[in-house]
Amino acid sequence: MSDLVHKDDARDPLMIAEEWMRAGRDVAIATVVETWGSAPRPVGSHLVIDTEGNFEGSVSGGCVEGAVVAEAADVLAEGKARMLEFGVADETAWEVGLSCGGRIRVYVERLG
Amino acid sequence: MDPHSLKKLNALRRERQAAILLTDLGDGRDRVVGEGDAVAGALGEAVACAFRSGKSGVAEVDGRKFFLNVHLPAPRLVVIGAVHISQALAPMAKIAGFDLTVIDPRTAFASPERFSDVVLHAEWPDEALARQPLDAYTALAALTHDPKIDDPALRAAFEAECFYIGALGSRKTHAKRVERLTGAGVAAEALERIDAPIGLDIGAATPAEIAVAVLGAVIRALRTRGLQAGSVSA
Repeated sequence: MSDLVHKDDARDPLMIAEEWMRAGRDVAIATVVETWGSAPRPVGSHLVIDTEGNFEGSVSGGCVEGAVVAEAADVLAEGKARMLEFGVADETAWEVGLSCGGRIRVYVERLG
Repeated sequence: MDPHSLKKLNALRRERQAAILLTDLGDGRDRVVGEGDAVAGALGEAVACAFRSGKSGVAEVDGRKFFLNVHLPAPRLVVIGAVHISQALAPMAKIAGFDLTVIDPRTAFASPERFSDVVLHAEWPDEALARQPLDAYTALAALTHDPKIDDPALRAAFEAECFYIGALGSRKTHAKRVERLTGAGVAAEALERIDAPIGLDIGAATPAEIAVAVLGAVIRALRTRGLQAGSVSA
């Protein structure tokens, strides 16, 4: 399935990032750099985000995208990359997390 | 990410060239490394290993952490001959993640009834391969037994440096093929690349078993690219 997404430029996050960049939009790129246990998306998966909060791609199949998009807004504002880590959701703290029980590390950086 | 890195990476991906985006997780700097580009030292070894395995990941080199994001073109398998083995090979290759095309000018063989759900070109290999050329991330399996059809496809595979080139036929048939292609001016090193008799030696007897043997040989060739050449470290 990932191969199909790969060949489809219209849905390829890095192709979309380039297109957004050409259109003059500020873009952040989030990348899954490490996974432990059962992770929904493989290492190397991308989510691209612009300043309006538009996003394409995925780093977790929906579990933590909201939190990554929020962090990306800060990264775009400050310009400094950050490393995020997500594990199982902590119910008492209302944190976002991965219901599947794995842990992922996501690198969020600004394009340019 | 550096905008130039993104443009370069996407350009290579569009051209079906393997590339790695190498990011220093300490300072955020990145660069694009194409397959075959020289990278020195331990980082070079990590890069070579990532190209072979196709797996992205973090590598720690001299106390610095790097993220290697590997972008390999989707592997293709081009099958010459809409024969019984190809019918078994098509669904297997699809499951293994290969983009498969079957080419055979004999319309009685290359019929949609025999190959539903498969990209099928009922034309001569020259014509079909002119439209969608072979490349280094494509495997070619010549299965017709007919020199008129198989030989031009094999020559195209040598030129494109396909990662796997196999041809059906007994040792005797293959010896004749080598003689024929040598006469046509094909270099000996190119001919040595042909996997013949085709496939892994697993004692395959039925068309489906031969298809397994072929697919096994294709996967092995994909995952061991560059190992024989001893070009692991730069």
